[in-house]
Amino acid sequence: MPRTIIDKIWDQHVVKTVTDAVDVLYIDTHYIHEVTSPQAFTGLDKRGLKVLRPKQTIATADHNIPTKNQHLPIENKLSSNQVATLVQNCANHNIELFGVGHEKNGIVHVIGPENGFTLPGMTIVCGDSHTSTHGAFGALAFGIGTSQVEHVLTTQALLLSRPKTMKITVNGALQKGVTAKDAALYIIAHLGAEGATGHFVEFTGTVFENFSMEERMTVCNMSIEMGARGGMVGIDATTIEYVQARIDLKEERKNTWLNLNSDTDAEFDQTIELDGSVIAPMITTGTSPDTGIDLTKSIASSSRNNPKGLKYMQLETEKTLLGKKIDYVFIGSCTNGRIEDLRQVAEIAKDRQKAEHVTVWVVPGSNDVRNQAKKEGLDLIFEAAGFEFREPGCSACLAMNDDKIPSGALCVSTSNRNFEGRQGDGARTLLASPITAAAAAIKGEITDPRIYLN
Amino acid sequence: MKMIQSRGMVLNVENIDTDQIIPAKFLKATSREGFGEHLFSNWRYLENGEPNQDFILNTAAKNTAVLIAGNNFGCGSSREHAAWAISDYGIRAIISSQFADIFKGNALNNDIVPIELDPEELKLVMGYVEKHPEANIDIDIETQSVKVYNDDFSFEKTFALDPLKKKFIMEDISELEYLLSIKKDVQAFEELNVL
Repeated sequence: MPRTIIDKIWDQHVVKTVTDAVDVLYIDTHYIHEVTSPQAFTGLDKRGLKVLRPKQTIATADHNIPTKNQHLPIENKLSSNQVATLVQNCANHNIELFGVGHEKNGIVHVIGPENGFTLPGMTIVCGDSHTSTHGAFGALAFGIGTSQVEHVLTTQALLLSRPKTMKITVNGALQKGVTAKDAALYIIAHLGAEGATGHFVEFTGTVFENFSMEERMTVCNMSIEMGARGGMVGIDATTIEYVQARIDLKEERKNTWLNLNSDTDAEFDQTIELDGSVIAPMITTGTSPDTGIDLTKSIASSSRNNPKGLKYMQLETEKTLLGKKIDYVFIGSCTNGRIEDLRQVAEIAKDRQKAEHVTVWVVPGSNDVRNQAKKEGLDLIFEAAGFEFREPGCSACLAMNDDKIPSGALCVSTSNRNFEGRQGDGARTLLASPITAAAAAIKGEITDPRIYLN
Repeated sequence: MKMIQSRGMVLNVENIDTDQIIPAKFLKATSREGFGEHLFSNWRYLENGEPNQDFILNTAAKNTAVLIAGNNFGCGSSREHAAWAISDYGIRAIISSQFADIFKGNALNNDIVPIELDPEELKLVMGYVEKHPEANIDIDIETQSVKVYNDDFSFEKTFALDPLKKKFIMEDISELEYLLSIKKDVQAFEELNVL
C-alpha cells in the first residue's frame, strides 16, 4: 500500500503498538532547553534514574538568556538559577550543552539543523512547540510537554496517538517581495489556528521545491500556528546538499532517505491546494497568527478577527495598516533568525537609516549566524542604519528575558505569535516577514516593502 | 479518579493560548508547584494587582472544578506549566469543542479530563451555564458521560477518551510508569535498528 512520508517514518519508529490508536514511538533526537526541562530532571532524580541515551540528547540555553553582555553573569536571579540548573543537570547526566557564551550557542531550532544534528527520517522532540521547524528535513519533529521530556529522558520513547495526515500543496511562482514567512502566514490564514489539529502536514508543490532549507524551516516552524502536530517537507537534493555540508554522508544513506518520501499514490486524510502566485506580503491584524492579510488590503479582509483581539490591538477604526506608525521592530526568533533572513534585512537597511522614533532589535538565531553576519559585514550595515545587533537568544519573541516591548507599543515582529502580552504585558504585535519588518523600521510606519526592492 | 461533580465556569473565548493560561514571565520556576495563583494572570488581575471583578475566576463559586471554554483551547506554546496552573487551581475537567494537541496530552498527564463537544452542543451548554452558574455538572469517567442539569435544563452526552488514557486516569497510573515497564521493548527496538 502506498504510504506518506509521515506514515513511513512513524512506522519505522514504532516500538510497540498498544491499542488501535496508540503506539510507543522511539525518539532519535531530543533537544532540551532551560525552561521546560528542570522539572523533568527533578523527576529523574527523585526516582534515582539516569538519562537513558545522553548522546541522543542535546541541550542549549535560549529562552531565558539576555541578548546583551552575555559574558557577564545573568542579572535576573530566577533566570540565572534556571540556566544554572540546566548546566548542573547536563553535567550530572553527561549531556552536551551549548550554553550561554558557547561558540555554538543559539536557539534550539537554529543550532540543531546548522550543526547537522537534525537529519532526514528522524523522530525529533523538544519541550517547545516550534520543534516542527526540524520537519523541513523530512523528519517527524514535534513539541512535547515536560512530563514527556521526562519520558524521553528516561526511556527514549513516548506514548502517542497515531496522527492523521494532511497534504498542503502550493504551486506557482511567488511574487517578488513575497517570502517564506508570507507563504506561512497565508497558509495559516487559510486554514485557521485550529485547521490542522491532530494532523502532521506535508508541504509539497513547486513553492516548497524551490525553497532553500532556511525557507522550508520558516514554514515548518509555523505549522503549530495552524494547530498541526508537525509540518514537514519531503527529502530532495536541497535537503541532501544542506546536510552533506555538515556531516559525512554515504551514498547508501542518501538513498535510504529518498525512499522515505511519500509514494506517488499515497493517500492523506486531508488535501489542500493553494496558488502561490496570488500570495502578497502579509501582516497580521489581531491576536492570533491566523489573522494575516495582504498588507495592502483592509483589516476587514481577515475574517478571523474577533472584537476582543481588535480591541487589544486598538485597530478597530483603521481601514488598512499602511501608514500606521510603529514603535518597535523585532527581527529574530526560530522563525526568522537565520542568516538568509539577516541578509534580506541588510539589503533593505543598506545605505538607509531607521526612522528616529523606532527601536530596532536584530537578534541572530545563534552565534554561528551572528559570526557569519559579521563576516559578511551585515553588522556594519545594521549599525549604520541604527539597528541594534544583539547576541543570540529567543529574546522578544516571548519576552522572558529583558527584551520586552513596552505596554501599548506597536511592534512589527518576524517571530511567530501575536498573542496578547506575548512580547510583554500590553505589547501589540504585528507578525510579518523580515523584509516587511525592515521596511517598517526605515519608514517608521507599515509600508509595502516592495518599494525598497530593486 | 472516577467521577467529577461540580459547577462550571464559562470562558467564552476561542483560541485561548497557553500564554494567556500562564504568561511566560512565570516560567522561570524550576518546580511544578504554585502556578495556580498565576492562572490566567493577565486577565484575572488588574494592572494594580487587584482581582478583575469582570473575570470569571474572581466571580465563580469556590471549588468550581469544570471550565467551559471556546474552540481550540490550549493552542500555542507547549508549556506544561499551563496544565500545572489549571490543576493547581483545582480545575479537573475542561469542556470545549476542540483542544490543541500538545495541551491535550499535557492535560491528560496531569489528570485533567479534556471533554470535546460538537460546536453546537458547546454553544448550548456554554450559554446555559453562563446564565445559570448554579447548574450541576456530573462527569463520569467510567461511562465517559458528561451531564449538565438544573431544574429547567438537562444535557447529557458521551465523550471520546482513549481507552488507555482512561485506564491510566481511573487507576492512577502514570505514562512514565507504563513506559518504564516496557523498557526491554525499547532495548529490543534499539538492537534491531542501527540508529
